[in-house]
Amino acid sequence: MSQNGDSKPRKLSIICSKGSLDMAYPPLILANAARMSGIEADLFFTFWGLDIITKSKMDKLNVATVGNPNMHPWFHIPSIIGILPGMSAAASWMMRREIDKLDFPPVGEFLEMVMDAGTGVYGCKMSMDMMKLTEKDLVDGAKVLGAMEFLEMAEGAQVLFI
Amino acid sequence: MAQEATLDILNNVEFDDDGFMVDPNAWTPEIGEAIAAREGIELTDRHWVVINFARQEFEKNGQPPTLRRITKTTDVSTKEIYKLFPGGPAKVAAKIAGLGKPTGCI
Repeated sequence: MSQNGDSKPRKLSIICSKGSLDMAYPPLILANAARMSGIEADLFFTFWGLDIITKSKMDKLNVATVGNPNMHPWFHIPSIIGILPGMSAAASWMMRREIDKLDFPPVGEFLEMVMDAGTGVYGCKMSMDMMKLTEKDLVDGAKVLGAMEFLEMAEGAQVLFI
Repeated sequence: MAQEATLDILNNVEFDDDGFMVDPNAWTPEIGEAIAAREGIELTDRHWVVINFARQEFEKNGQPPTLRRITKTTDVSTKEIYKLFPGGPAKVAAKIAGLGKPTGCI
């Protein structure tokens, strides 16, 4: 039920535009939380966000060690050290380990879980053309959608841009 | 008639504003049946797999299990749990199991 007092079910549409490991989790967690509490959820992946639903990339997402002022929980390192080879991979490995400790699944498994829970997963047509991706490159069950179609689908939903 | 008799049980049970039982220890399987009926769900063996597991975990840890823990530990899949408890399985299952509103993120 909507909390606004009308009878339409509450609905959440999230535009996912970033493909780093730390930016993959917020939309997945919110979509999953929405479905767990009976709220409809759709995820629209655009630009770098497409990496999250691209089969060959989804479980290899990295966190940036350069230009990221929030590295402190894992590394107390200045950006100048972050440019060294392997730093991003090490930070990503540590973040994956912390995420696993909290019992949150890896990206690919999480995506499957939210889709099993009834979340719609869509790839942005224009971004896919730009990156030479086809529907076959995306996780099974994902559909390709244009911006106008997405807006039509998001009518009446609360829209988040991540 | 039978339906009314089942739901009568709930008159002596205290619920919070969102319909969750205030005292999880006052729960009985009969109360669970009645809450489910009020939610429009007829409980099957598969529902009981989830409810019993949630109760066991609550008795062990003092809090209800996350949905992910339920689907990882029991043989009930994510797809199935959404079919069993339409309208948001985390909330609906916790309600029927007499547990408080779930606060986990997963």
